[in-house]
Amino acid sequence: MLIFSFFKTLTDQVITVELKNDLCITGTLKSVDQFLNIRLDGIRVEDPERHPHMLAVKNVFIRGSVVRYVRMAARAVDTTLLEDATRREAHNTGK
Amino acid sequence: MAALDGFRDQLVQVVLYDGRVIVGKLKGNDNFCNLILSDSVEREYSSDKGVEMIPLGLYMIKGDNIALIGQVDEDKDGSLDYSEVMAEPLAEIRY
Repeated sequence: MLIFSFFKTLTDQVITVELKNDLCITGTLKSVDQFLNIRLDGIRVEDPERHPHMLAVKNVFIRGSVVRYVRMAARAVDTTLLEDATRREAHNTGK
Repeated sequence: MAALDGFRDQLVQVVLYDGRVIVGKLKGNDNFCNLILSDSVEREYSSDKGVEMIPLGLYMIKGDNIALIGQVDEDKDGSLDYSEVMAEPLAEIRY
């Protein structure tokens, strides 16, 4: 649940999603749900020469299960706050 | 699924777990990401010749197989000459 909340704080930020088929898609995060399915708008692909498959696609819905990594700007994340929140969650679920 | 609301009755490009690409008009979807596509066409990419369009007609795709759903910009899609686009097919999703 924590990671879901974390992704919600990234809404309207530009992020890059790397899929488990090596495709990297950059776009504006529009929504995320409990399965970490991701909706990106105004997308572009990292290597359009190798992956021209998405040339005519503007917005995508990515299934959470195919995401390998999500890259975001360091300034988009308050790491201290996130550390505290993860510790708190680990503490609470450990009981 | 709320994130897919804007895609209804639009041309969408579905990428499957095995790397296949299917384009069609989104007629329906549910919470499991199951889709109904009308007038769907498989786009078979290959590195030595242009994209091969294989008409499939009305298709129901089970959500389990879906990696990504993209909303196609129809103007841009119409302006691209797919018989000239050559690329390796997308890789399958690897865990």
